[in-house]
Amino acid sequence: MRSFSEIETISKRASRGAGFSWGVSEEIGKSVRLLEMFGLPGILHLKNYLEKINNHNYQKITIISADNISNNIPYCPISVGVNFLDQAYNLEKIENINFSNLAYPLLAVPFLSRSSEIIGKKILLNLENFKFLFNYNQSILSNFDNSLISKTTNFLISFNQNEDSFDKKTWDSLYKISQKTFVDETESSKKTAAGAGLTDND
Amino acid sequence: MQIELRDPKKIMKLKRLGSFHQSKLSFLRSFLREFNSWDYKRELFELDNDGYGVAVYSFKKEQRKYSLVCFANKLDDNERSDRVIATKWDASFTLFDGIPTKKDIERLSLNVPQQEIGRMTYKELTLSRANKSMRAFNYVVECLSNGNQPSTKKLSEVGYLYRTTAVYGSGKFGLADRFRIKNRPEIHGPFRLEMMLVYFVRQFTIDQVNFISKNKNPRKAIELDKNIARSLGIGNSTGLGMAPFIVNHPILLNNWILARETALKKIREIKDVKQEDFNYFFECLKNSINNINTWNTDSDYQKEKIKSLKIDLVKFIKYLEQEFDKKKEYLFNIIFNWVDSNLTEESIEYVVSLFLEPYDEIVDQLTPTMSADEEKFFNIPVERKIEDLRVIIEKNYTEILNIDFNEDKNIQNFWFISKNKEEPRVANRFEEIGSELEQPLAISRDVKSLYQRIKNLKNSMTISRFLADNNDLRHAVRRVFMIEKFPYSEIQDNIIGSELMPIDMLRLKLSFFGACKFDPRSDKWLRICMFQGAPLPDELKKFNDNWIYNSLN
Repeated sequence: MRSFSEIETISKRASRGAGFSWGVSEEIGKSVRLLEMFGLPGILHLKNYLEKINNHNYQKITIISADNISNNIPYCPISVGVNFLDQAYNLEKIENINFSNLAYPLLAVPFLSRSSEIIGKKILLNLENFKFLFNYNQSILSNFDNSLISKTTNFLISFNQNEDSFDKKTWDSLYKISQKTFVDETESSKKTAAGAGLTDND
Repeated sequence: MQIELRDPKKIMKLKRLGSFHQSKLSFLRSFLREFNSWDYKRELFELDNDGYGVAVYSFKKEQRKYSLVCFANKLDDNERSDRVIATKWDASFTLFDGIPTKKDIERLSLNVPQQEIGRMTYKELTLSRANKSMRAFNYVVECLSNGNQPSTKKLSEVGYLYRTTAVYGSGKFGLADRFRIKNRPEIHGPFRLEMMLVYFVRQFTIDQVNFISKNKNPRKAIELDKNIARSLGIGNSTGLGMAPFIVNHPILLNNWILARETALKKIREIKDVKQEDFNYFFECLKNSINNINTWNTDSDYQKEKIKSLKIDLVKFIKYLEQEFDKKKEYLFNIIFNWVDSNLTEESIEYVVSLFLEPYDEIVDQLTPTMSADEEKFFNIPVERKIEDLRVIIEKNYTEILNIDFNEDKNIQNFWFISKNKEEPRVANRFEEIGSELEQPLAISRDVKSLYQRIKNLKNSMTISRFLADNNDLRHAVRRVFMIEKFPYSEIQDNIIGSELMPIDMLRLKLSFFGACKFDPRSDKWLRICMFQGAPLPDELKKFNDNWIYNSLN
């Protein structure tokens, strides 16, 4: 089995070999490593994309907005991913971000995962029939079936508000059980605890 | 008294970095300090009469075990090569996580001797190979099999029985990824597992030479005297492969240098230096001169350095014995100021290394800080402004900004990865092909390009907006934000200029490994020796950390 270090190195070098700058190639290396670590087929998608890159036109993106439409030429997933990562602080103010025509969308996925960690919010992605939930770059929850998607017209990103997955009642019930680890304080311990005997109005 | 850390713009010059020497912070010494409480065992030693076969050595503490698996193979003299392009070696090794089963050894026997074209697994931690020094090995076999101990004088000309030609770790060729094992406390120091491998290899070479001698002449043969065995290390031939490492790992480089500089600062700040600490330093200094006297090299470059070091140390000892007042406060600061004003860079750094010797408590605190979690600082702080970038560059790359990269001599070299062995190389841009495939190591040139690119941009522009149109300089932007936090992360020189001496980069790294006796064979590769004089594994528990000065004679 290839180590993650080998996966990162080969992805970085191949990306540079395909014409990306060194700085962007470093990002791709880290991102493909992340995909593979989360069990997603990063190497396969990168290989397929890089093989096509010389003979096909892919649209670069500069500033990402709510609706990103490229009717004829599909967006480059690396350009989308890197710019999303760089602009995540501004983008989180937008509720939904849509890309109408995106090549090899899985390659943009790790950048969303890293963005989730940077801005401190969960991010939800709808890609065709698949959903991805990015949990602060600690995990990716997905029903993705590892299929090779070379192009999509359905790539919708939304920022989840930081909300609990449980209601107050559930929390309170659990808190009640946790109280079983506490001990009642005696009068004497109250008298000798920090601050005892002093006025707090000094 | 507060002493400032030394200025990175002075210390991070290649000529200065190429003058560094081993110290108490060096990795092979901190490895021995960590593992001196572990149980050592030779688990397996199955060699034929000629010394070919398999051997396993282990370290064990509580539930944790590490094993070196050695494969010794027959190699014709005409096949022996230290070059990285070689495909066969006298012996090959892997450090295994745990104790290997028979099945593991079978699998490893098919892969470890193949080195780069074999496949390792997550159970293997490091990988290496080594060749015999034929003149030393055969000489020792000849002596021992005839019942004589070899001459230490003759052996000191080489200093080892084998030299390694590569040591790999961190996920190469399928080896375990570093992140999987990085939280183990015993390896909280860089290159611990690589050091363990080399240390075990040294023991294997001693066991093998004894075994072959015994089989050659069972009646007459004797074992190598332990004092002589201890005076043997492991040689290493090191080429350019190491040089890009220190550029590609800026935070790690910072942490190594910062630890050494912090130690120096703390020692200079000691007001009342204990007499015994000064005496210990002075004793190490005097003993270490024996080491310099046995430092052999054919390199004029190195000979000149050794000559100046010898002259300087005579001058320095005279100063300490005749002019220096030991009753003053801040003794080491006074000594440092004298050394810094009167000696060459080679000698200044030699003395700085020696300063650390009496101070276990300072060194022990700093050793764990010499690793780095580089992932944590990979993301570019895109919310920051162009003004920040400009200020950081102007503050940290002052001299770099003065280099004119339009002049051919300042861009004469380029670094690339060779196709045949995927190893870093350096070549003349104007004489050789391939400069369009240059590796991103010309940081000074790229940072200057970045500086020029942002020259007319608004200070208030965010890095995020800048990168949207300038991703070709993304790697340089990342570096600049790193140096802000890690002042010793960058070599303050042009490593593509015509005056580049690549061995300065190698020597810096090797000094942190703890290598001695640098022997440049050209400006691009050198031989060194490791663990010479170190306690043998079965002596580790009675270990004395000043072995390096006491027994390198």
